Amino acid sequence: MNVAVCVKQIPDTAMPPALDPRDHTLVREGKLIMDESDSYGVEMGLQLVEVAGGGEVSLVSMAPNSATSGLRTALATGAVKAILVSDPVLAGSDALGTAKVLAAAIARLGPDLVLAGTESTDGYVGTTPVQVAELLGWPSVSFAKHVEISDGLLRVQRQTEAGYEEVTCPLPAVVTVTSGVVEPRYPSFKGIAAAKSKPVEELTVADLGLDPSQVGFAGARQQVISVEAAEARAAGEIVVDKGDAHERVLGFLEQLKIL
Amino acid sequence: MDKIWVLAEQRGGVPAGIVLELLTAARGFGGVVEVVTWGPSSESTATVLGRYGAAKVYDVGDIGEALPGPKVAAAIASQVSGGNRPDAVLIGATHDGRDIAARLSVRLDLPVLTNVVGITASGGRLTSDHSIFGGSTLLRAEFTDAIPGLFVVQPKSFVAEPAEPAGQRSVEIVAIEVPETGATDAARIVARHEEERSGPELDEAAVVVAGGRGLGSPGNFALITELAQLLKGAPGASRAIVDAGWVPYALQIGQTGKTVKPMVYIACGISGATQHMVGMKAAQKIIAINKDREAPIFTIADLGVVGDATKVVPKLIEAIKARR
Repeated sequence: MNVAVCVKQIPDTAMPPALDPRDHTLVREGKLIMDESDSYGVEMGLQLVEVAGGGEVSLVSMAPNSATSGLRTALATGAVKAILVSDPVLAGSDALGTAKVLAAAIARLGPDLVLAGTESTDGYVGTTPVQVAELLGWPSVSFAKHVEISDGLLRVQRQTEAGYEEVTCPLPAVVTVTSGVVEPRYPSFKGIAAAKSKPVEELTVADLGLDPSQVGFAGARQQVISVEAAEARAAGEIVVDKGDAHERVLGFLEQLKIL
Repeated sequence: MDKIWVLAEQRGGVPAGIVLELLTAARGFGGVVEVVTWGPSSESTATVLGRYGAAKVYDVGDIGEALPGPKVAAAIASQVSGGNRPDAVLIGATHDGRDIAARLSVRLDLPVLTNVVGITASGGRLTSDHSIFGGSTLLRAEFTDAIPGLFVVQPKSFVAEPAEPAGQRSVEIVAIEVPETGATDAARIVARHEEERSGPELDEAAVVVAGGRGLGSPGNFALITELAQLLKGAPGASRAIVDAGWVPYALQIGQTGKTVKPMVYIACGISGATQHMVGMKAAQKIIAINKDREAPIFTIADLGVVGDATKVVPKLIEAIKARR
């Protein structure tokens, strides 16, 4: 049971995000961290491999400037190796371009299962994993809140707007997992030390046999026309509860004719 | 703009709310509006779609227990590559809608713009609005050389209104074929579960009472449910307590959950993470109850109560009951 997990390395979410004024891409300078929403895929992969009693978890990532800091976090919890695709021609890639890169990298690993988050925390596009599935010619189950594998068949509880569906799916397949699907483990000191020497294979677009016109700004075929501050909502009245604040809420609801 | 397609996802035999919103928007773009639907009840669905301006319904048919992504994307791609090419395809940002958009994007080798909150047609081009950075920034984008433009639109971005003049419109229903989908279509739904709900739907309710971590424990969510019931509203939740397993995902409000635009939103013990605020900041009035005076939710609240929600809400419930 070999699992590949897509890991996005993003700017630290504690810092305010910013767009590059020249090309309107998200500023991704400085140290990148593993997107927290990918920690669930990593943990899910580790648990599925444990249950299967064999196999390994590999990571696949695309990031600028040969960034590996976010990958090391996942390697420290138990993933054994990673493929990192880093290439200046990838700047400006959209979800489809990214999916082409990830699919080509995944094809080199030949896993039984690909796991990814439902969407990244920085870009929120939310289509990349299923685009990867279509590129690979594989089925996919998105929004998984529970995943099991028995007799080579995936059994997934898939979130829906109103509840959930039970879905079965043969392997190989792509599954996107929701936050909370599993509780990610913390890396041990031993794991952190070991992660430093785990192999990270760095590849370029040419290494993957992709045409540069399919990725980056050229492949994205979209442009930002304008960026402006949105109309802000103003803060209103603030009351500090001294045991009677519910009366003010009641009055407010009466004013609005809710009561 | 010659032709716009809207993807019509059905819920219990009627078009999902987002579909009517998208049809209303598409009518304003100056071309003919057509719809692609799937599921067992295209006839009854077509009548409603016609009322909102659809001239033609392409029917993929009943897809049984398959997930919609592979089949619907393949059917649309096959129409487009056969020469039936719209200028744009508008897709609601639902779970199934996102799957279809992703697979369609690959089949057509075209980019997709998601998180769209507005679309404007001018000079024969469509531009899309995107609310980013938790809603603080509005970004406007367009495709440079991609037809059809694939837009995945957030619910509640447009207000649904039937087309004028009202009355019976004839809608042509055209069955379209699903080409071979191979292994991509191997997933099957073996059971469907719906969360039980009493009262209005979360994304339709005039009043939404939502709870977060500040409630302290899962048991206290009963306060949220009771207050919502008293106000004839719907209970909702922050992602934090959904992830923690306190309440089901169907209650989640925010970027990864439902978008709500009620008359009044009451946030109890919710600090206001950006991912939550994008799902509720369009409420007409916001009341926030939170212990932390510095919580971001207070920056957008019309009435902010700095206090413990588990103390304020029970008193509010008693006071409302006492009025009756």
